[in-house]
Amino acid sequence: MLSIQENMTVEFTPALLDSFADVVSRYPEGKQKSALLPILHLVQAEFGWLSIDAMDKVALFLRIKPIEVYEVASFYTMYFLQPKGKYVLEICRTGPCCLVGAERIMQHIENKLGVKEGDVTADGLFSWRGVECVAACGFGPVLQIGPEYTFYENLTEESIDSLIDDLKQKAKNQ
Amino acid sequence: MARKLLLTHIDVPGINTFEVYRQKGGYRAVEKALKTLSPDDVVEEVKKSGLRGRGGAGFPTGMKWSFLAKPEGVPRYLVCNGDESEPGTFKDRFLMTKIPHALIEGMIVSSYALGANTSYIYIRGEMMPQIRIVEQAIAEAKAAGFLGKNILGSGYDLEIYVQPGGGAYICGEETALLESLEGKRGNPRIKPPFPAVAGLYGCPTVVNNVESIAATVPIVNDGGEEYAKIGIERSTGTKLISASGNIVRPGVYEIELGLPVEEFIYSDDYCGGIANGKRLKAIVAGGSSVPILPTNLAMTTAKGEARLMTYESLADGGFVTGTAMGSGGFIAFDEDQCIVRNTWNFTRFYHHESCGQCSPCREGTGWMEKVLHKIEYGHGDISDIELLWDIQRKIDGNTICPLGDASAWPVASAIRHFRDEFEWHILNPRESQTRNFGLAHYADPLVPVV
Repeated sequence: MLSIQENMTVEFTPALLDSFADVVSRYPEGKQKSALLPILHLVQAEFGWLSIDAMDKVALFLRIKPIEVYEVASFYTMYFLQPKGKYVLEICRTGPCCLVGAERIMQHIENKLGVKEGDVTADGLFSWRGVECVAACGFGPVLQIGPEYTFYENLTEESIDSLIDDLKQKAKNQ
Repeated sequence: MARKLLLTHIDVPGINTFEVYRQKGGYRAVEKALKTLSPDDVVEEVKKSGLRGRGGAGFPTGMKWSFLAKPEGVPRYLVCNGDESEPGTFKDRFLMTKIPHALIEGMIVSSYALGANTSYIYIRGEMMPQIRIVEQAIAEAKAAGFLGKNILGSGYDLEIYVQPGGGAYICGEETALLESLEGKRGNPRIKPPFPAVAGLYGCPTVVNNVESIAATVPIVNDGGEEYAKIGIERSTGTKLISASGNIVRPGVYEIELGLPVEEFIYSDDYCGGIANGKRLKAIVAGGSSVPILPTNLAMTTAKGEARLMTYESLADGGFVTGTAMGSGGFIAFDEDQCIVRNTWNFTRFYHHESCGQCSPCREGTGWMEKVLHKIEYGHGDISDIELLWDIQRKIDGNTICPLGDASAWPVASAIRHFRDEFEWHILNPRESQTRNFGLAHYADPLVPVV
């Protein structure tokens, strides 16, 4: 469901536009729309989420209609249509991970961060959500953190605590 | 130890690099194919090998290739399906992480066989680390002259690009994948026309799973007949099995097709038995979509024969007493697991992943999820079991793509084999909130199947 809470004006840097052009060069002439998913990943990595303005500018770049961007951005689960925390902890909640304790891990993360699924912590650093199978069932419970989708496997309450502490420290040092 | 074809050198340090992969005999298949074989020869070898699609459907790869239309002046495409999302399956992630050049080498050989000059590897977006690894492998292969113009002086040109997905299970369905690759929502297409005639950009296209493509390397190297000597009947070669759940050694194992299920579970070469000294209650043999089986039927077919890891043996008894090889996502459930809860979990997954195009799937998956949630949380009615049965029956076979079927089969099989657990949940709403049903007689290998 496309629900827009706020907009954010964005400016694409020349470096970002170059990386867009590099993606477009992978497809035959006239098939530049194929670049849409990869470009949306690049935009999200840059700005943290996809605002209406960002999507409109992608449409302009690819010479397609804005609706063609919205319908794609709202279909795929990896694209955020509203601001999220700096670190979005995505925990696999599908069968095999639940057999080895994913539900307990999600509860622990909720307690630790003190926010409900999808909400952002007051300091703006964290969000969390359950996601469907991330193809790492043998190493469950697992979570991933974008935009590089680093994986954290065989999670325990202790490893979650130290991960969150590490990320807080990392944010402080930046 | 069993023979390995894909993971032979998996433990060699640096096997993810071109240099080490090449030292270990990598890219010989490209040299052999481009220098000594015609594209049709390669197709012929793959046909002889009996290789079947490793993504889940198990359709013979060589036959799929032979359907590819070849009109004059129209480009043809090979698209690799690396959208691995079937719950329980993580073999392609493993292969791409550990030995990415096996995929690239297979892509070159397969693209040559099909006459494709541009090929795409579609990898699910969450596998960003694997996308980086595969892109690196492509760059290394290109620098070494195995990609680009006039490869090895053969006159054959090929470029390979990686395409990230956006997070959608449905894009593992080949026509949804093509839609996604064209920059659209992943809505499966109505077939015919099949991709072999009108696929990517309306051009003839073959879509193959990562593991299927990697398997063409040993097939070209050793010949299709040699590959076909491994395995039993129409289940030839080796298969990567992703093992997860309550087992001692979860992970990815390459097996020779024909290995007994019991040996796979209990041998220390594979799963190493059930974790924490528990007993096995049930298995899902090929990813969440295939029917769940209680232990007795997992080990032995209804005819009383040992159940083997082959397409035929796993399917023995049809969906009444058998299951399917699927993608090789092997999930083990111990005696503490709740079948109702797991069925609810899987159904929620399908509801979440339904693209919404076909009413039976869009509405049916959500309806089943609600009913199962109700039962799991102690508000079920005994008539809900028949309701679930009725809904799944009306989804199965009535949708454009197999996601509908895939949502129906786990529900049907759970009710078929574990009906008494559903009934217990409904008749003991309070107790079912505090303890699980446990290991019932149906999961005991010593009790004959009724």
